[in-house]
Amino acid sequence: MVNVLLASLIDGLLIGFVYGIAAMGLSLIFGVMDVVNLAHGPIIALGMFGVYLLFSVLGLNPFIALILVAMMGLLFGLVMYMTAVHRVIDAPPLSSLLATFAVNMMIIGIGTSLFTTSSYNVEYSLGTVTAGPINVTGTRLAASLIAILVTAALYWFLYYTRTGKYIRAVANNRSSAELMGIPSTRILALSFGIGTMLAAIAGGLIATIFPINILAGGSYELKSFVIVVMGGLGNPLGALIGGLILGLMEGVVPVFMKTTWVPVLEFMLFIIILLVRPQGILGAKE
Amino acid sequence: MKLSRYPGLIIAVLLVVLVSLYPIITGSASARETVFTVLMSLALASSLNILLGYTGYVSFGHIVFFGLGGYVGFYALTALHWHLLLAVLAGGAAAGGLAYALGKSILRLRGAYFALATIGVNEAIRAFINNFEPFGGPVGMDMKFAVYHKYGGAMQALWIVYGGLIVITLAVIFTSYAVKRSKFGLGLMAIREDEDAAEVMGVVAPNAKTWAYVLSAIFPGLIGVLFFFKNGNIEPGDAFRLHLSIELIVMVMLGGQGTVLGPIVGGAAYQQLRKTLLTSPLFKNIQLAVAGFLLLIIVLFIPSGAVGWLRSRFATMRRVLE
Repeated sequence: MVNVLLASLIDGLLIGFVYGIAAMGLSLIFGVMDVVNLAHGPIIALGMFGVYLLFSVLGLNPFIALILVAMMGLLFGLVMYMTAVHRVIDAPPLSSLLATFAVNMMIIGIGTSLFTTSSYNVEYSLGTVTAGPINVTGTRLAASLIAILVTAALYWFLYYTRTGKYIRAVANNRSSAELMGIPSTRILALSFGIGTMLAAIAGGLIATIFPINILAGGSYELKSFVIVVMGGLGNPLGALIGGLILGLMEGVVPVFMKTTWVPVLEFMLFIIILLVRPQGILGAKE
Repeated sequence: MKLSRYPGLIIAVLLVVLVSLYPIITGSASARETVFTVLMSLALASSLNILLGYTGYVSFGHIVFFGLGGYVGFYALTALHWHLLLAVLAGGAAAGGLAYALGKSILRLRGAYFALATIGVNEAIRAFINNFEPFGGPVGMDMKFAVYHKYGGAMQALWIVYGGLIVITLAVIFTSYAVKRSKFGLGLMAIREDEDAAEVMGVVAPNAKTWAYVLSAIFPGLIGVLFFFKNGNIEPGDAFRLHLSIELIVMVMLGGQGTVLGPIVGGAAYQQLRKTLLTSPLFKNIQLAVAGFLLLIIVLFIPSGAVGWLRSRFATMRRVLE
C-alpha cells in the first residue's frame, strides 16, 4: 500500500511540473494583459503535433524537436497577438474571450481536417529508472526535468533581465510603463508569445508521455484553468505550485477511489477556491 | 393597447411565427427538423442574452442548464413515468434552482473570474453526472419506444415537441422584451455599465443579478427536456457540451448583444451559415475554421453585432428595432 502510494505520488508530482508550465503560460498572459487565452488548449495540441511530426517525419529526437516547437510557439503567439488580440485588449472581457476562442476554432477546424481526431503516439522511450520500489519511465522524468528548467529560465528572465522587468512593469501598470518609455505594444506581444511558447512546450512534453490527438489540448486547458485559479490568476510561480497540487491529486486520488472521480474533485476545488479565495493560494499578481 | 407602439416586439414575434409556421403548413418533416434546430438556437441565445447582453456577465458554461434540465426531465419521463409537460416544468425548475444557488455564490465574481467559474461549474456537473449511477453514469439513459405511445406514437410526439418549442421560443422573446422595457431591466443595464455606480443609485445588484441569471437559466432547462425527449437518449458528453455554450455566445454577438432582435437574427444566421458550410464541398472539412474566422472578423470590427450596427448607423432603426 505504501509503495503504491509512493509510486503514484512520484508519478503525480512529475506530471505536475508539466501541468505547471502549461498553466504558467495562461497565467502570464492573464497577468500582463488581463486576457484569458481560450486558444491555450489548441496551442498545447499544436505543440504535441509539432513534436510528433518532427519526430516521426524528420526523425528528430523529441527533446531536440522541442526547441524548434518552442520557437514556433513563440512566433505563433506574436502573430496571434498582432492579428487577433491587440485590437481588443482594452475592450470588455467578452471581446478578448471571443477573439481568442475564434483562434481556437480555426486551429481545431484545420487540425481536425488534417489529422482527424484519432490518436497518435510518439514511439520514443528512454527506458525506466528504478529507485527502490519505485519505477519511473525515463520520458516522464526527462519531461519534468525540462519543465523545471523552463520554469527556472522564466523566473530568471522575468526578474533578472531588462526585458523581463519591462514585462513586469507593463503588467503592473501599463500607462505608467509607457510614460517611462517602455514600448508597451512590443512587450505585450512578447508576453503573449512567451505564454503560447510555454503552452507549446507543455504540449511537446506531454506528447512524449501520453498518446495525443488534436482535441487533447482541451482537457489540459481546463486543467490549466484549475491550476491558475489555485495558484492565483496572473501569478506564474503560483501556477507551478498549483500544477504540483493537481498532479499530486491525479496521482493519489485513484488509489482511493475510481479515476473518474478525479475531475469532480478538481472542479469542486476550483469553484471553492474561486469563491473562498479568488486571489489563489499564493495571491494574485503583485 | 396599440400594437404599433411595440414595433421591436412585433418584428421579432412575426419573424419567429412566420418561420415556425412553414413546416406546419407544408407538413414536411425535414423542414421541421431544420426549423427545430434554428428555433432551439435562437431561444437558447435569447435566454443567454438576458444575462450576457443586459447584465454584462459572460456565462461560458450556460449549457449546464440545458444539460441539467434535460437530465432531470429525462429521469422524470423514463424512471418516474411523468407526463411530458410535467417533466418539462421539472427540468425548468431544476435549472432555475441551480441558477439561484449559483447566483447567490458565483455571481459575486466579476469579469474573467465569473466566466472561468461558469466553465468550472459546467465541468464539475458533467464530471459528477459521469459518476452518478441513477442517471446512468457515463453511458447515460435511453428512452423506451413505449414512452412515445402515450403521445400518439413517435411521429405525433415529434410534432408535439415542435409545438412546445414554438411556445417556449415565443415565451423567451416576450420575457426578453419585457425585461428590457422594465425597471428591473434598466437596473440590469445599469449594472452592465458600472456595477458600483448602479448600487449607489439604489439597484440591489446581488438580487437583480441573481434573478437575471435565474430567468436566463429556466428556458434552457425547459428546452433541454424537449430536445432529449426528441433525441431518445441522453449522455453527459451531449448534455454538457461546452462548445455549444460558446456557439450560443457567438450567436448573441453576431446578432447584437443587449438587443431583443439580435439573438434571433444571430441564431438563425449562425445555423444557416453552419448548414451552408457543412454542405459545401469546399468548406465541408474546415467549416469550424471558417466559422472561427468570421467570428474573429465580427469581434474585431463589428463588436456590437448586426442589429447593434444597424441601430447605431441609422436613426430610424433605433425606433423600430429593440
